[in-house]
Formats: sequence, C-alpha cells, structure tokens
Amino acid sequence: MLTKRIIPCLDIKDGRVVKGVRFVSLRDAGDPVLVGRAYEKQKADELVFLDITASFEGRKTFVELVRKIARNIFMPFTVGGGVNTIDDVRALLNAGADKVSINTAAVKNPNLIKESAKRFGSQCIVVAIDAKSMNGKNKKWEVFTHGGRTATGLDAIQWAGKAQNLGAGEILLTSMDFDGTKDGYDIELTRSVSESLKIPVIASGGAGVKEHFLDVFKRGKADAALAASIFHYGQYQVEEIKKYLKSKKVLVRI
Amino acid sequence: MKQRVAVIDYGMGNLYSVCNSFGAVGIKTEIISTPKSIFKFDKLILPGVGAFGDAMEELSARGLKNAIKEFVLLGKPLLGICLGMHLLLDKSEESKGVEGLGIISGEVKKFSSKLKCPHIGWNEIEKSKRTSQLFRGLNKDIYAYFCHSYFVKPLQKSVVLAETEYGIRFASMIGRGNIYGLQFHPEKSQAIGLTMLKNFIQLC
Repeated sequence: MLTKRIIPCLDIKDGRVVKGVRFVSLRDAGDPVLVGRAYEKQKADELVFLDITASFEGRKTFVELVRKIARNIFMPFTVGGGVNTIDDVRALLNAGADKVSINTAAVKNPNLIKESAKRFGSQCIVVAIDAKSMNGKNKKWEVFTHGGRTATGLDAIQWAGKAQNLGAGEILLTSMDFDGTKDGYDIELTRSVSESLKIPVIASGGAGVKEHFLDVFKRGKADAALAASIFHYGQYQVEEIKKYLKSKKVLVRI
Repeated sequence: MKQRVAVIDYGMGNLYSVCNSFGAVGIKTEIISTPKSIFKFDKLILPGVGAFGDAMEELSARGLKNAIKEFVLLGKPLLGICLGMHLLLDKSEESKGVEGLGIISGEVKKFSSKLKCPHIGWNEIEKSKRTSQLFRGLNKDIYAYFCHSYFVKPLQKSVVLAETEYGIRFASMIGRGNIYGLQFHPEKSQAIGLTMLKNFIQLC
C-alpha cells in the first residue's frame, strides 16, 4: 500500500541553506547537498528546495545547485521559488529536479500549468497554494501570491480544482494562518482541499510536535506532510516521526 | 570485463538522474539517441517520462524502435523504467491506436478514477514466487518510489516479478529472459534502487 510521505523543506538563498539548519553532526549546515544527504539517511521520503533568491544571478546559481543535488542525492526532490515561465520549468527539470513547484506565476498565467504539464507530464508539475481563511459564515480560504503578500480573491478549493484540471500532478498547500505557529497543520483546510481533488495534496505549515503529523494524515486526509524547522533544529528526526506514525497504524516507509 | 551500458535518449525527460545513479554504483553510462552504435553496447536502459504515444513516435522517428527490438533478439539485457517499461508492451490506454515495442505481450491501463492519480510516493514491492537476480541482497520491506498514472497488465502472469498494491494489485516489476521492466524509479529509490541497478549490471 502507498505510504504517507514526510518531506523536509529547505529554503535556499544564493545556493546556500538558510533559516539555520542546526545539525550538530554536519560539517557545513549551509551546504544543501550535505543537508539533503542527512535527510536521506533519516529516511525522508522527498525533499523540497525553495529558492528565495531574488536576483537574476542568484537564479542561475540555483539551477547549478539543482544539478549538484541531482548528482548526489538519490531520492525525489521538488524545486520551486520564482518559477515564472516554461523555460524556467525546463531549466530546472533538465538540471535534474523531479518536480517543479509553481505558485504566483500559475495564478497570473494558469496556462503555464497546462503547457508545462503537456510538455513535461503532470507528474512533475506541482502547484503551490498559499491559503488564508476568510471571515464569513461558511468556512472559506483565499489564495495569496508573492509569498503571501498579495490577495487574489480566488477561493483556495476552487483554484486547487482548476489547477488539477489544467494538469497539475500535485498540490502543495500551505496554511498562512498556521505557518510558523507550531500549533499543527490546518486540518480543515487540508481536508477540504484533499477531499475535493483527485490528485495528491502535500500539507504544509504548522508542524510543531509529532502528533500534528498523525492529525494531518488521519483527519486532514493529506497524502504527504511538509515541515521545516521541526526537522532543521533537530527537535525530531524524520525517522522518529515515522516510527510514531507506524505505532498509530499510519502506513509509512521505515 | 568492462561493460558498455547505453541510456537511450529519445527526448522524453531528463536522463541525468538515471546516469547519475549508475555512476553512484560505479557504472559509466553513455547516452545514445540514434541506432548507429547500439550494437556495440552490452546493455540498454530505456528510461522516460511523458506520454506513451509521443514516446513511440520519437523512438520510431529516430530509428530506435526496430533497433531496440533487434537488440533484445540477440539476448542482450534491456531495462525499461517507468514509461520505458510501458513501451515494452503492445499498447496503452494512454495513447489508443499506438503500437508499443511489443517485446512483452500485454497492455498498459489507467488506474481507476476512484483513486488519487498520479500514484506518487513510496510503495511496497512484493516479490512473486519467481525469483530474480534483480532482488539479490534485498529481502523484505522493499519500498520504492513511484510516480505514474498508468500500469502494465502483461498477458502472461509468469513475467510478473513483483506486484504492488494501489487500489488493485498491479505488476511493478516484470521480466522475461534478459528483459526487465520496473514501474518505480530505481534512480530515486535510495539504497534499494541502487542495489537493483547494480544487480541488473551484473546480469550476464
């Protein structure tokens, strides 16, 4: 049976890991390859590398980095951050990324999803959605772009459905309300989106303790859970979370 | 004896991951995109992501379709990965009316619409009764990384080396003689995948 995936996410700036990964055992905690390998050993199921570099020069560095990661790490990885055109998608896939995540550009130009999926296959196109709850009687979430700075007026569930129909192979769903709180994933948001789709959903934002992973899989119906600081600061090893999940009858790869 | 291993490039997806993972187990591969030098090689790897129809069209246009068939007729080992595995069969629901390589009888089918699709993630490889050299060094808890929407349904049960469950049980590894097909991505399946690639290279 298909197992639930645990996915550490790394922020990259100018080719280096930022937001302090603190692995005592690592010679250089800023080296994405070394950090990736450490997570590979911990039995992480996939990795996400998010480029937060703004400059053009930095973007070229990122493509080079993707090439280096692909040469050294034998597990699936997704890259994203600032992907604007089909040429960006192609450059990252050709450098060896397994999947490319598109966020703001997909909202601005939904056709980018369609064209990329047609050209490279749905399996490598991830649409990332940052969603925030709206006030109102019925629970709804609005899609934000530009790293959460720009409201779009789009309903998250509807947008996810549209992305799927355009050819997205997966949705990476981040709750802006829960991200950084360590209070757990947004179960309601995750479940609402996951149950409305035929493609897998990766939940993101809010992981603070191991129970949160159980919750997002059981009640949130997520197919995968992404987390950053909980792993980077060494609070948990990926394997520990998986052993816990297994003890709670969640299928995981140990 | 030093082996010559070729990875077939037919314009469908990047080949670096496959080449890199062979590199990691000490095997140098060469990328070929025409049939010109194909018979100089000892083993062929047919990777690929994308659609069945496009892939067959590319293989035919490059003259590789017939060359691959001749290669296996000589008894030389061939490994198809993911879409490359699908191409070994006769036809696919993904691209109706397109003829596959027809090296292994059967067809490629789509997962039920009740399931989340693509089937993405790590799933278990359950060995069938037939033993295979590809499993050397691998006993139980064999998990591999999958990413696909279609699966193979071989005509003969005897070619199935392993099954995997996703709504139904489907053939995740097939083999006949020196021809092998893997539905999962060995190049992305960490140590288990690398072991299988190494085992494939050690076939005579």
